[in-house]
This record gives sequence, C-alpha cells and structure tokens, in this order.
Amino acid sequence: MDALELARWQFGITTVYHFFFVPLTIGLSVLVAGLQTAWWRTGHERWLRLTRFFGKLFLINFAMGVATGIVQEFQFGMNWSDYSRFVGDVFGAPLAIEGLLAFFLESTFLGLWIFGWDRLKPGLHLACIWIASLGTVFSAYFILAANSFMQNPVGYTLNGDRNRAELTDFGAVLTNKVLMVTFPHQIFGCFMVAGAFVAGIALWQLVRHPERDADAFRPAARMGAVVLIVAGLGTMISGDFQGKVMTEVQPMKMAAAEALYDDAQPAPFSAFTVGTLDGSEPLYQLEVPRLLSFLAAGNFDAEVRGIDSLQSEYQQTYGPGDYRPNIPVTYWTFRMMITAGGVAMIAGAAIWWVVSRGRTPSERRGVRWLARLGVVLPLLPLFANSFGWIFTEMGRQPWLVFGLLPTSSGVSPGTTVAEVGTSLAAFTLLYGALAVVEVRLLMTYVRKGLPDADPPTVRSESDDDAPLAFAY
Amino acid sequence: MELTTLWFVLIAVLWIGYLVLEGFDFGVGMLMALLAQNDRERRLLLNTIGPVWDANEVWLLVAGGATFAAFPEWYATLFSGFYLPLLLILLALIVRVVGIEFRSKRPDPAWKRWCDLAIITGSFVPAVLWGVALANIVRGVPIDASGEYVGSFWDLLGPYALLGGLVTLTVFLVHGAFFVALKTTGPIRERALSFGLRVGLVAGALVTAFVAWTVSLDASTVTVLLAATVLLAYVFAGVNALARRDGWAFAGTAVAIGLLVVLMFVSLFPDVMPSSLDPAWSLTTENASATPYTLRIMSWVALVFTPLVLMYQGWSYWVFRRRIGVHHIPA
Repeated sequence: MDALELARWQFGITTVYHFFFVPLTIGLSVLVAGLQTAWWRTGHERWLRLTRFFGKLFLINFAMGVATGIVQEFQFGMNWSDYSRFVGDVFGAPLAIEGLLAFFLESTFLGLWIFGWDRLKPGLHLACIWIASLGTVFSAYFILAANSFMQNPVGYTLNGDRNRAELTDFGAVLTNKVLMVTFPHQIFGCFMVAGAFVAGIALWQLVRHPERDADAFRPAARMGAVVLIVAGLGTMISGDFQGKVMTEVQPMKMAAAEALYDDAQPAPFSAFTVGTLDGSEPLYQLEVPRLLSFLAAGNFDAEVRGIDSLQSEYQQTYGPGDYRPNIPVTYWTFRMMITAGGVAMIAGAAIWWVVSRGRTPSERRGVRWLARLGVVLPLLPLFANSFGWIFTEMGRQPWLVFGLLPTSSGVSPGTTVAEVGTSLAAFTLLYGALAVVEVRLLMTYVRKGLPDADPPTVRSESDDDAPLAFAY
Repeated sequence: MELTTLWFVLIAVLWIGYLVLEGFDFGVGMLMALLAQNDRERRLLLNTIGPVWDANEVWLLVAGGATFAAFPEWYATLFSGFYLPLLLILLALIVRVVGIEFRSKRPDPAWKRWCDLAIITGSFVPAVLWGVALANIVRGVPIDASGEYVGSFWDLLGPYALLGGLVTLTVFLVHGAFFVALKTTGPIRERALSFGLRVGLVAGALVTAFVAWTVSLDASTVTVLLAATVLLAYVFAGVNALARRDGWAFAGTAVAIGLLVVLMFVSLFPDVMPSSLDPAWSLTTENASATPYTLRIMSWVALVFTPLVLMYQGWSYWVFRRRIGVHHIPA
C-alpha cells in the first residue's frame, strides 16, 4: 500500500469512528434539554431523574466525540496537505467558524451544565444545556458547508498561478444546494439515533425491571419512539430532496447508488441483487419499476443516466481516466442505509404500540424479545448514518473536490508510508481499545437505572462547605 | 494594518489564549503525579480545572482552524512537516480527555490508576512537544522551494527546540501550581505554592536562556524589551508567590507565557515558517496567506464573535470562582 491508500484508510476509519459519537451528541443534547425542561416546568421528580440518567449517558458519549474530534481537524494538514493548500481559502473559513461559534459554545456551556447544578439558578442552568445543544447544531451546519463544497464546489474561482480554489462568494458556500438538503437530512438522522437510544434503553428497563420506575421509563420510551418516527419521516423526505440534488450535481453518484450501467428511461430501483457484487451481471434482482426515476427526478418517467455513458462523458470533459466510484460499496451502503433506517422506524412504531395507553410491555406475552431489540435498536439508525456517509464520500471518488481535485492529488507529498502507517496503526489500536471501554461504561450506566432525584440546591457563599454537586 | 498582518496577530492571540489556558490544565494534570498524595487530592486537583478544561482546549481547535483559513500554506506545511510530534500530541490529548471524563465513572482503584496514567502522560507529552514545535517554527526548519518540509523527525529535536520543550514543560508546571494555589484551600495550597517556587527557579533559568537565545536570533529593540518584560513578569510571579498572593502569582505566569508567545511571533514576523535551507523559500504572511476576501470575512466573524466568546468564557470562570478543598470532594 502507498501513502495515499493508507491516508484514505486512516481518514475513513477515524472519521467513521468519530461519527459514531456525533449524531448521538447532537440529538441527545436536545432530548436531555427537553427532559430537563419538563422537570423545570412540572417539578415532577421523574423528569429530573431521567435528565440525570440520560445526561450521564450523553456525557460518556460526548467525551469520546471530543477526544476523537481534534484528529479530524489536524489530519487535513497532516495527511492531505496538498488538499489543504488547494481548498484552504474556501474550506478553512467554515472550519475556523465552527470552532469559534460552535465548539466554544458547546464546551463552555456543557462545563457550566455539568458542574453548575449547585451554582446556577435552575432556569439559567437549564439555559446552559439548550445553548450547548444549539452549539452542536451550529457545528453540524458549518462542517457540512465545508463538506458540501467538496461535493458541489460553488462560490469560488480557480487561481492557476497558485493552483488553488479561491473564495469569491461566501454566501454561496453557506447556501450551497447540497448543504441545504444535507443539513436537514443529517439533523433528522441525529434525532433518529437519539430517539432510538432513549426508546431502546427505556424499553429495556421496562421489560427487565417492570416494577422499577415504570412511571418514568414509559413516557421516555414513548418520547423516544415518537422522536424516532418523526425524525425518520423527516429523514425520508429530506433524503428524497437530496437524491434529486445529487442527481443534478453528481449524476455518477446516483448511477453508482443503483449500479445502473446503461441510461434508462424509466429506471427501476433494485431492492437487492444476487450476482456479482458490483451489480453488473445480476442473476436475480428484486426490482421496483420506475422507482429510481422518481428518486432521481421526482417523475416516474424520467431518464436516469448510467455509469458507462457518464464515464465516457467525463473522459471527454476531464481527460482520460476512470471516473467510476467503487460500485459494490456505493450500491450496498446505499441499500443498507435505507434498510437500517427503515427497520429502525418500524421498531419505533412497535415500541410506541407496546408502551402506549398505559400498557407495560412485560405484561404482554411475546414482548420479552423486544428487550433485546431495545439494546440493538440504537445501533440501527447509527449505522444508517455511517452507511450514508460512506456512500456519499465513496460515491464522490475519484474526486476529492468534485470536478476540481482528484483524491490522488490531495495527499501530502512529503509524508512517508512509515509515517502514515504508524499513525493509522496507532489510531486504529487506540480507537479499538477505547471502543471497548466506552461500550462497557455505557452498559454499566444503562443497567444501573435511574439515579436518585436529589434535587439540587443552589449554594450561597455562606454554606460553601457542602460537597460539590458534581465532581470528577 | 494589512489584513495578513492582522491575521498573523490574531493567530498569535489564539496561541496565547491556548497556551495560557491549557498551560495550567497541563500543569494541573502533571501535578496529579507530583503534588497530590492520595486519591482525594488527585480528585481535588482534577476538579479545579473540571468545568473549564474543555473550553480551554477549544482554543487549539480555533488556532488550527484559523491557520487553515488565513494561511493555508502555513497550515499545510506545518501539519504535514511536524507529523510525528503532532501525532504524539493527538494521541496524548485523546487519552487525556478520556482519562479526565471517565475517571470517576467507576469505583475500582485499578481503573482510577489507568485514568491517572492517561491524564498525567496526556499532560506531560503535549507540555513538552508544544514548546518543541513552536521553537522549531521560530528557528526555521528545512523547507524546500515548493514549501514542503524536507527534514526528518530528528531535525525537529535540535538544541533550541529541546530547550523550548523544557521551557513549556517547567513553566506549565509552575503556572499549574499557582493555579492550584489560587483555586484550593488547605494543605495542598501551601504545597502548591512552595512547589511552584522551587520549580520556578529551574523554569526561570530555562526561560532566561531561551529568551536570550531567541533575542540572539533576531536582535532588535523590540525583542530585547519583550524578553526583559517576560523575565519581569516571571519575577513578579515569584515575588507574589513568596508573599502568598496566589492570584497575582498566577497572573504573573499567565502574562509571562503570553509575552513569551509575543516574543516568538515578533521574531518570526514577517515569516510564518522560515526555511533553514534558503530564506527565499520561507513561508511568509504574504506567500502563505489566503485571499483578501477570505481574510475580510474572517475578520468580521472574529470581530463579532471573539468578544462574545471571551465574555461567556469569562463568566464561566466567575461562576466557578470559589476555592475548593478536599472536603468539597464527594465520596
């Protein structure tokens, strides 16, 4: 393997790993804020206990997101220095603004929230978690603005002398049509994860310990299920818009999503294929007629361009070369994203059904298996997020910035195989070990169940000798 | 002032913010090995930075992002050139975050020992390596005509760079000790002050050597004056520590660290990364910068949001202003 290939593996591994923690951080920060708001408004203890329970799980997850986040910013320069030189004028600004606007908000106000239970008045303390979640949403917006430029470069001009893209219209970068559809799709995706997380854990608790805190976990399970289903619908609708924008700006990616080699009018969508992995010689395909036409253009009769004709068109535009992404990866990740998300929504509906109208799931026969589902459920939308990103990033290949910079031209010219190999090995080993630690810790706190309410008292200067409300 | 100069200044400001703030975080992390005598004291130390360390670390992310945006060539050459030191820093920062956040999440002593090891190593490594990295930037490294770093890992370990590493290591220890003195009550406060004073002597000698060497690389009235004020601020910190005014002692080391960064950036200007092979190949604020359009947008964003950030970050320090002692640490 050369440095390019190793650098790509490192980016893939570190980014997919980092993104295991991001969707839950974004979605759960808002749900925890919602739980705390419910406590603040009703004064009912169960909301406070749920806030603390899910707040703790949120923080265990958040810590890993922070720990793996710095790598993301550094590795553009470390492994992709020529890419950084090429796009820095455009790409650097949203990154810097993400730090200044989003990360400072997140970190400062989470610090205030974690340690501030006995230092801030309840309303102000509640505001802190809301502000922190606002920070996570800002962060998503700016980093997606940077990514959308790679999918669909806008608002720039090419400077041939310095061999780089230069920003001419920042407004265009911040309103990139890819960004406008990706941002809602991603935010809904985050809420699917958080909803499934809350619903799954609450259900597991209800089935395992029917007598314990059912009055808290039942509404939590319902809330999680509703969030999952509503966010799932939002993900579907925004994903549909996204498909149309993608067909417009990156038709090759849409063709690769279907492994559609020849232009077709109308184009069917294959739910799955038996045959070669890249779908080129299907033995059996379960096809939905005309569906791809609708996904791509919103019209059941539309023509969809195939991989082969796009390949020859790109050769004319960009010169000789292979402009096809890795078709097995794009074809299957696209399907796995949709399937995992769809199954999660169905499971959400099932949970909503078994806990609604005062039912307790354990009283019903045949529901015990649901407890196991509860453990697996959060993973479904989480992996749907991963598959979606693997699809969209692999579908952009062989481009790093679509139409402007091939991936092979972005890698650091000076770094050696030994350096990138060392770094890839170090991150993979460390991340693997941390995954074990993280999952065990989450399981421990999930099993523990709700903590005592222990309503916080705001300390004045005079009763300052009491132990801290929270301490590391 | 040229926009490129303004952004050179702003990058310096971000590094000052980062090193002054995370400098004491690193110091406190290292002191968990050197100052604390039992688990409760280690927790006490950790909780002095508990609510603020994460936001302190964001200064690094913003410094990195701003360098990327304002000086893409600088960002690209620096990060790809200083590959292995940065990799070590990243690994250290990762285990440090995990250690801090997860330490109290399980009761068994073995777990706590692992987390302590992560926090302590994760604080020592960057405390040394940031000094090494910054000193290398000032001194110049082998950069070729195309702006690529062409040296090896060992080229980054010259005497000036190693001295820089020892300076940040010891100064962060002292800075952290004065921070602990400022934030705690009880016996640990006394120990922190006397530790800060003792290590302060070593750090003072190293700082003196380092600023003298830096001035000799680029001697001018400004650098001489800056070097003198660094030392003055440092002595000020020591005098106040002797008088047990820990707030002023901490302010002294904070100012000394800030001025040290100013001195380094002043002696760097107008280069951002001098080439040791040929001065014509050096990266400068001009040839490494982004376009005026990008810099203008970034300037507006910085102008509007930096005061806001400083305000709410300052407020969080105010909220957690009270001293804590071992009796505040819950069982």
